[in-house]
Amino acid sequence: MNWHAIRAIYAFEMARTFRTLAQSVVSPVLSTVLYFVVFGAAIGGRIQSVEGIGYGAFIVPGLIMLTLLQQSVTNASFGIYFPKFIGTIYELLSAPVSFVEIVIGYVGAAATKAIAVALIILATATFFVDLQIDHPVWMVAFLLLTAVSFSLLGFIIGIWAGNFEQLQLIPLLVITPLVFLGGAFYSVSMLPETWQTVTRFNPVLYLVSGFRWSFFGVADVPVGTSIAAVSLFLALCLGLIGVIFRTGWRIRQ
Amino acid sequence: MPAIISVRSLGKTYAGGVIALSDVSLNIEQGEILALLGPNGAGKTTLISAICGLVVPDCGQVTVAGHDIARDWRAARAMIGLVPQEITIEPFERVINTVRFSRGLFGKPPDEAHIEKVLRALSLWDKRKARNMELSGGMKRRVLIAKALSHEPRILFLDEPTAGVDVTLRRDMWALVRRLRDDGVTIILTTHYIEEAEEMADRIGVINHGRLLLVEDKTKLMKHMGRKTLRLELQEPVEQVPQALAPYGLRIEEDGRVLVFGYDTRAGRTGITRLLADLAAAGISVRDLDTEQSSLEQIFLTLVEESA
Ligand SMILES: Nc1ncnc2c1ncn2[C@@H]1O[C@H](COP(=O)(O)OP(=O)(O)O)[C@@H](O)[C@H]1O
Ligand SMILES: [Mg+2]
Repeated sequence: MNWHAIRAIYAFEMARTFRTLAQSVVSPVLSTVLYFVVFGAAIGGRIQSVEGIGYGAFIVPGLIMLTLLQQSVTNASFGIYFPKFIGTIYELLSAPVSFVEIVIGYVGAAATKAIAVALIILATATFFVDLQIDHPVWMVAFLLLTAVSFSLLGFIIGIWAGNFEQLQLIPLLVITPLVFLGGAFYSVSMLPETWQTVTRFNPVLYLVSGFRWSFFGVADVPVGTSIAAVSLFLALCLGLIGVIFRTGWRIRQ
Repeated sequence: MPAIISVRSLGKTYAGGVIALSDVSLNIEQGEILALLGPNGAGKTTLISAICGLVVPDCGQVTVAGHDIARDWRAARAMIGLVPQEITIEPFERVINTVRFSRGLFGKPPDEAHIEKVLRALSLWDKRKARNMELSGGMKRRVLIAKALSHEPRILFLDEPTAGVDVTLRRDMWALVRRLRDDGVTIILTTHYIEEAEEMADRIGVINHGRLLLVEDKTKLMKHMGRKTLRLELQEPVEQVPQALAPYGLRIEEDGRVLVFGYDTRAGRTGITRLLADLAAAGISVRDLDTEQSSLEQIFLTLVEESA
């Protein structure tokens, strides 16, 4: 293992985050505050509680998940796409660095940043609502697993993308809708029967549900199913990365 | 000298069908400066890229200090520093961090003293805290060199290091390359300027259309490259060259109206003065004269003919 290389990539990526600290942190925090104002105060005023939890508190896990997924995917995809775009990837390809080490460096940095932003949003949320965290260890586990899985997905997107449009396509067209339709702002049980069935095919449902369970102990689907779903998704992304590695797809000529 | 890089029957055809390398074999000796000389599109960058792991060759084998670049790639790559032809650099990062990053990437522990040495040698120390995008083109190229030297490579590839670079920087670059060679670094540079190859190299490899035409000691090769031809336009056409002028090896052209004389610009005496005197003595008067340098194209032709 070339640990110096992993460290170098990780440090370089984290430095990039700190260079753009304002936009990295301010914009997710600002949008979270807006969500609280719109969903929590305006709508929450009419919805008293969901499954016995105040609406403002109920949406916190979903909001954090939304940001975590977006941050993981965009950080990792941009992290590897940018060197491809400006050409500095030549150095990665000519260095004594394995694909696995490159992935650890980029995905590690992307996940770290995503988790940091998620925690900042959690802290912001405590200004608006009273929060309880029933299972803090599981909460951290869900944060970690989700951040790593979706950073892997982002890395794959960054490798695959041929231009900036493609880079933004998946977060915009796939991630955000899936989170909104995955019960981030409501309990699935509030939906009509057919939609409940459709929602079961949305992988994000299992994330949000499991994550919410770690806060309040209530869930749309059993926690075991949530954990299985995240693990499956993680395995899927790792498998895809393996395929890319073996074929040298879109990286080496 | 032992070969530090050995290239055997390397071939590469790009997806579009361009044959960029065709059966290239080459030994690069430890501690030498080798110049790869060839026109644009000859395959110089592809050859370097294949050795450095950027391009996957279709066939052939490369070893670096005995390490096969496909099987033993980690050991092979750790020894190589590469300065690419295009200036590609992370725009927002600071100079010194960019260089530190490269050192780490190549598996070396942090060493601030070495980083400082490299930056000073390239006159970048004062700019170490500048962002890369604030630098001039020449300085960006020096940052790329600093990156390549950050991990103390034993082999340095410079792909067209002086293309689009001003004269002062070019001299600096040449001086740096010599210093590195004195430290025992093997240097491979590509260029399409004959003068650059001449100035820098111990040996010169001539490459065209993906084929390595030959690799030759500079002094030997320069004999061909230093040749000029003198065209003498005569007042009266001649049937044949008079016996007295035989030693000059003159060639008759244009129905005897032109005599062509080949000479070596590097020779102490080119023989032009004596030739003109001898012509006058033989009663041949010259109306006009003209010299031309052998072009790279012509040299290729001569080389191919001679190596055939
Ligand atoms: N990525 C690529 N895809 C297709 N053709 C390429 C690629 N890179 C180089 N070529 C072609 O291969 C040939 C050799 O190119 P190159 O090695 O860059 O030559 P040089 O460095 O000597 O100018 C050229 O005809 C060039 O157009
Ligand atoms: Mg080139």
